[in-house]
Amino acid sequence: MAMEATEIERLIRDGLPDATVEIRDLAGDGNHYAATVVSESFRGKSRVQQHQMVYAALKGQMGGILHALALQTNVPD
Amino acid sequence: MSIHDFIDSQVKSNDVVVFMKGTPQFPMCGFSGQVAHIFNLLGVDYKGINVLDSDEIRQGIKEYTNWPTIPQVFVKGEFVGGCDIVREMYQSGELQTLLEEKGVVVMGRATA
Repeated sequence: MAMEATEIERLIRDGLPDATVEIRDLAGDGNHYAATVVSESFRGKSRVQQHQMVYAALKGQMGGILHALALQTNVPD
Repeated sequence: MSIHDFIDSQVKSNDVVVFMKGTPQFPMCGFSGQVAHIFNLLGVDYKGINVLDSDEIRQGIKEYTNWPTIPQVFVKGEFVGGCDIVREMYQSGELQTLLEEKGVVVMGRATA
């Protein structure tokens, strides 16, 4: 089971339309990615809440077919 | 006791709790290992709960926090985050500050 980087990016963008998303494939196995997501909608939210917003956008794939996504979230400067 | 009540009682009766894959001595997953390593560096005692021992706990903790992955870290009953967040907080010193603010004994003041 694996996910394509483009699929992850699309899901995050669908869920967070204003976000800039950068995905790095860590292992080439479709299972280990790092993602940096910057969105105005994160402003004022805790890191946990920000990450939960990204996980919600991933519609339950996180922890399922997507085993590892090292996540970094920020608000625009 | 329901799984929710079990989790609730564990996080409220231990200063620091880590729901992890494996044990503090033998973490069984890289991410759980990173969190164990960070707390070892800080010299912080924590209760490790091995989710591999029970699918009920493994699923229950994800529902308890609405967080899809393991490990999950609690300090004084409050969900702090998973591996990414705890590592980020450790590197910025925020984790050390949080622990001290909550009155958790931090033995070694390790520098990042």
